[in-house]
Amino acid sequence: MHGTKRAGEKDGASRALAFDLVVLLGLVALFVASLCLGSVETTPAEVLRILAAGPGDGSTAAQVIWQIRLPRAIEAVLLGGALSLSGFLLQTFFANPIADPFVLGVSSGAKLVVAVVMIVVLGTGHIMSPAASVGAAFAGSLLTMGFVLLISRRVRTQSTLIVAGVMVGYICSAATNFLVAFADDQSIVNLDNWSRGSFSGATWPDVAFIAVCVLAMDAAVFALSKPLGAYQLGEPYAQSVGVNVSGLRLLIVTVSSLLSACVAAFAGPVSFVGIAAPHLAKRGVRSSRPLYVTPACLLTGAAFCCGCDLVARTLFSPVELSVSAVTAVFGAPTVIALMLRGRSR
Amino acid sequence: MTALTGHSVNWGQSPINRNALELRELAVGHGQRALVRDVCLVVRPGKVVALIGPNGSGKTTILRTVAGQLRALGGVVELFGRPLDEVPATERAQEMAVMLTGRPSTELLTCRDVVETGRYPFTGRLGVLGEKDHEAVRAALEATGVAELAERDFSHISDGQRQRVLLARALSQEPRVLLLDEPTSYLDVRSQLEMLQLLRREARERGIAVVASLHEIDLAQKAADHVICVRDGNAIFQGTPEEVFTAERMAELYGLEPGAYDPAFGSVELARPEGEPEVFVIAGGGTGAACFRQLARDGVPFATGVLHEHDADGLLARSLATRAVYERDFEPVGERAVAEAREVLLGCRRVICCVGGFGTMNARNVELLDAARNAGLPVAHSRPTLRDDFGKPHR
Repeated sequence: MHGTKRAGEKDGASRALAFDLVVLLGLVALFVASLCLGSVETTPAEVLRILAAGPGDGSTAAQVIWQIRLPRAIEAVLLGGALSLSGFLLQTFFANPIADPFVLGVSSGAKLVVAVVMIVVLGTGHIMSPAASVGAAFAGSLLTMGFVLLISRRVRTQSTLIVAGVMVGYICSAATNFLVAFADDQSIVNLDNWSRGSFSGATWPDVAFIAVCVLAMDAAVFALSKPLGAYQLGEPYAQSVGVNVSGLRLLIVTVSSLLSACVAAFAGPVSFVGIAAPHLAKRGVRSSRPLYVTPACLLTGAAFCCGCDLVARTLFSPVELSVSAVTAVFGAPTVIALMLRGRSR
Repeated sequence: MTALTGHSVNWGQSPINRNALELRELAVGHGQRALVRDVCLVVRPGKVVALIGPNGSGKTTILRTVAGQLRALGGVVELFGRPLDEVPATERAQEMAVMLTGRPSTELLTCRDVVETGRYPFTGRLGVLGEKDHEAVRAALEATGVAELAERDFSHISDGQRQRVLLARALSQEPRVLLLDEPTSYLDVRSQLEMLQLLRREARERGIAVVASLHEIDLAQKAADHVICVRDGNAIFQGTPEEVFTAERMAELYGLEPGAYDPAFGSVELARPEGEPEVFVIAGGGTGAACFRQLARDGVPFATGVLHEHDADGLLARSLATRAVYERDFEPVGERAVAEAREVLLGCRRVICCVGGFGTMNARNVELLDAARNAGLPVAHSRPTLRDDFGKPHR
């Protein structure tokens, strides 16, 4: 009797670790595939050799891998994890499994502000620095988030909140499209690709910036797993065990906005990863305890985005799909499944 | 078992004997307007206090203020002699646990996960449970009888089970003060009883001070040491169950008809049918209760007699009968009472005889039956339902 009970106490952690390991293997495989596949085919062994040799190697394959594929793959991994965690935070915050930065319109809000800032900055003849993009995206995320929060105080049903978020997203996207239509030619080239969602054109300075930003936030989310776990039973219970609820809410909004802002700034809006990846992670770990789920979310999101980017890049090569289209194909059915499950309960 | 008493002192036997909780002229409410004011209450360790009152009277608001979730609009809440707002959140959580009305909706959380959240104030940075924490969780799961549910999904168990798991969560906090908002709602009768027995046991064995809002006044009367009644923005009275659960006070608290609440039964009855009595019921010793209630349901005014003042029928007749003739307790039914009852009976249109037989104390009630027959009133015999063993048949 005691034996089984003790097993119950440890079950979650070991299952989470096993799941993490499997996803990590998948992630590594997808990452290596991302480096190998493309217009210039390379074998994994060759990739390893090129990586070991360092960026100095002058061959075409080395150029492609060091300058294009590696930063792009790293960006996809980092931003995928960021989106997934951002989604998980928002789901915990709203106690709604269908919440994520894309569905709630936060990504689109970020995109709008980035577009405005980009047009202004490029118009004055300057280049956008990564920090400026993220700053603009963060401001946009917070603005939209504030708006969604205002709505959420008014509505009592979760589906209304989602509908409101989707509408906010549409409004922001429409505004962005107007801006793109009226922007001058030089800006359009920059905006058009990005506003559809893509990891293409990742550069090392971008990657460095993203890595610092996103990894810090990932660590912050993991550090928050204790209060997040208490928050899952609702605010009053969280408060009763000593959680500073208003502080935690502020932290959740800030961190999730920063995470999705990084994505919006560098890859544009990427749909449904924030719902699909945490959902898969929770199913895989068979728990929603943040301590177990946050690492799993991070890895699942990273693998999901890495895989989707690979598909987007290679499926109809040389034509490249927007990554958002690919993530939608895989992610949207998850959302529908979640909604049907919610309805049947 | 020892884990739950791990850090707590048995205050019941302590020479210090401090108050676990004290409310002094507490004013509570949302925003600026006070919903209830001047609430004074002292809760000793090991005691169960019931908070009763009509819907919307502010019971939940009082509990939430005591729990530190709402700011007091006036007055003081003291936890073991310290003003609540001076107690840091973690320390407060180590002393006081709550169980609320709402049922949290969870996704993929086992009952054990839910109970483990109660260990929050005791665990480190990442909330990983140590052996002592696991021990406390196990003890709480066992105390509430939900150990078998530990690995089940919290969202896939019954309401009664969920309520117990939430109580286990609160107990795993090893509190010295436990606040419960309607712990018996959603529960069937048996689960209600078990819940209250559990609370009493926890209070007694671990010296936990329990404050619970209750809707079931019959249960409050039986389970609480002290009762505080809230209505119209005031704690209108408080005291022992015996002091509080009187017909007059319940009528005032809930705005009932006088007599609707019967303190002996601790329950409420339908309103007494209006008008002159149409039916005379010969009853006594609990034989008439079912008949009285049937007539009340049908809205038929009735008279009854001769009853002993404080037997079950005598008490119930006070609430339901239009007219009742009594004999003093422990005395045989006498001439005066029979004469009075006969007069009332002859004013009715029909008679129901509930007693299956007449014994020493109610021997003369048989005269009522004879009077009815002589007057040609229709007499129906209703089988005694409460006491089938009552004497031998009349004929």
